[in-house]
Amino acid sequence: QAKYKERGTVLAEDQLAQMSKQLDMFKTNLEEFASKHKQEIRKNPQFRVQFQDMCATIGVDPLASGKGFWSEMLGVGDFYYELGVQIVEVCLALKHRNGGLITLEELHQQVLKGRGKFAQDVSQDDLLRAIKKLKVLGNGFGIIPVGGTYLIQSVPAELNMDHTVVLQLAEKKGYVTVSEIKSSLKWETERAQQVLEHLLKEGMAWLDTQAAGDPQYWLPALFTELYSQEITPEEAKEAIP
Amino acid sequence: MDRFVWSSGLLELEETLVIQQRGVRVYDGEEKVRFDSGVLLLSTHRLIWRDQKNHERCIAIPLSQIVFIEEQAAGIGKSAKIVVHLHPASSNKEPGPFQSSKYSYIKLSFKEHGQIEFYRRLSEEITQRRWENMPAAQTMQVNKSAQAGRIRAVGIVGIERKLEEKRKETDKNISEAFEDLSKLMDKAKEMVELSKSIANKIKEKQGDITEDETVRFKSYLLSMGIANPVTRETYGSGTHYHMQLAKQLAGILVTPLEERGGIMSLTEVYCLVNRARGLELLSPEDLVNACKMLESLKLPIRLRIFDSGVMVIELQSHNEEEMVASALETVSEKGSLTADEFAKLVGMSVLLAKERLLLAEKMGHLCRDDSVEGLRFYPNLFMTQS
Repeated sequence: QAKYKERGTVLAEDQLAQMSKQLDMFKTNLEEFASKHKQEIRKNPQFRVQFQDMCATIGVDPLASGKGFWSEMLGVGDFYYELGVQIVEVCLALKHRNGGLITLEELHQQVLKGRGKFAQDVSQDDLLRAIKKLKVLGNGFGIIPVGGTYLIQSVPAELNMDHTVVLQLAEKKGYVTVSEIKSSLKWETERAQQVLEHLLKEGMAWLDTQAAGDPQYWLPALFTELYSQEITPEEAKEAIP
Repeated sequence: MDRFVWSSGLLELEETLVIQQRGVRVYDGEEKVRFDSGVLLLSTHRLIWRDQKNHERCIAIPLSQIVFIEEQAAGIGKSAKIVVHLHPASSNKEPGPFQSSKYSYIKLSFKEHGQIEFYRRLSEEITQRRWENMPAAQTMQVNKSAQAGRIRAVGIVGIERKLEEKRKETDKNISEAFEDLSKLMDKAKEMVELSKSIANKIKEKQGDITEDETVRFKSYLLSMGIANPVTRETYGSGTHYHMQLAKQLAGILVTPLEERGGIMSLTEVYCLVNRARGLELLSPEDLVNACKMLESLKLPIRLRIFDSGVMVIELQSHNEEEMVASALETVSEKGSLTADEFAKLVGMSVLLAKERLLLAEKMGHLCRDDSVEGLRFYPNLFMTQS
């Protein structure tokens, strides 16, 4: 029995030694690749997408650790982790206005503004990948698909499928009413009202009772730059009934 | 620049906005003109530029006017640009900022970046030519391609040839890069397969594999970015690297924690640490894995996870339950408080203020009033006044 046990240990030890050797070889291959194509990754967002997709296909996460080979040699890590910091800062700065919901477009614009003239340009795909990594910090980061783009959630508010589907409905005009929800989604009044009240409470929706017809629930996250003004936290509070 | 017309910037009925970008300057060929700082809008039909300082000042050009576009990379002190080569202006064009121009192209300079997305979308719109299927109102100038063909300048042929050569060169570089990438990925795949077979061995031989070997294996996985398939976790996904990192963090974070009342959200820690590092940043996972080891390494700080999933780092000496007692006092003084109000009073982040109030509620000291006006906390009189 003891002999079999020993054998088992030896087998694993062998394989570990083999892996260690292969790792060294791989590291050399990666170094060679980096010396030729590191710039490509830095400058070409399509290449970054291709790279990420291929990694995902084979079961490798190049962004898992700053200590990983990919990060150390290709520099992909620093690019995305820094972007993560910038995303967190933008979301925090705008939270008083939009309750922690922001369109990917607006986030993109604001991040670019913050990065300044001499920084590397980033694509929307880059932002999404950085956000996916941020989720693990337990801060409520989420990505909600709406009408061809995405809403980015940056607060730990619970947004279930009912909330998401109402957000998607609101995306077309920037606001939604109870009757619209009832007719599009075939819900009862109470269900629609519950969802809207939750969004109001979280500060993600603002109520306009002066509209003709049904009261309108607006999403500040969907106001485009053309139609909104800078608003202070105090003004935001006064706007809520 | 003589192809532009003055515009209100309002979209026509069939016209849809595709993308917009602030901080764009327009050049007439190589020359700067007084169109410095504007918002550039791309619609299905036109390219519109609106002055950021004076919103009334707005110019537009139909997409049909565009022959082709090129990218011009950023340089030192120079922003990235898109060069837009244009057909000559039609004779019945509406008035615009320039009567004539010696250039047949303009440049769009992206001083606040955004050129990558904009170029992509602009190429799409020029290729798809959606304006042909959705004729908009009469006020727009639509350049008939037949007319353009007749007046096509000779110089453009030379430019097109240069562009084609450049495209071929770029294509060659890209395809070489992709080829090398594929080969690299094949090798990476071998590593993944090997790690799976080792993981299986470890699972089978539980107890016969030394702790040391498991840790070695985990560090190999870390280098490759392969998820840990072994469920037996003594230190979470921890490796020597994470242990070292945990000790480092304990050193760096004690002072900031003391300055912030003994508690910080993990997101704050991530930003603080990475901003300080500048280079060789930590991934979010690195941070979480290191923090999971804090307790077992008996360091002066620890990780705490609230019911909501929010993760924080606290000083060992920090006792959140004791903080609840002082929170109760503060709420009682004011009668009632929301998380926002409490945060402002005490000088905490709203996120952590909310967690403290929720904890106080959980412990029975506070009651909530949940309405559309927000979540408000009151002292729990059921407890104190029986």
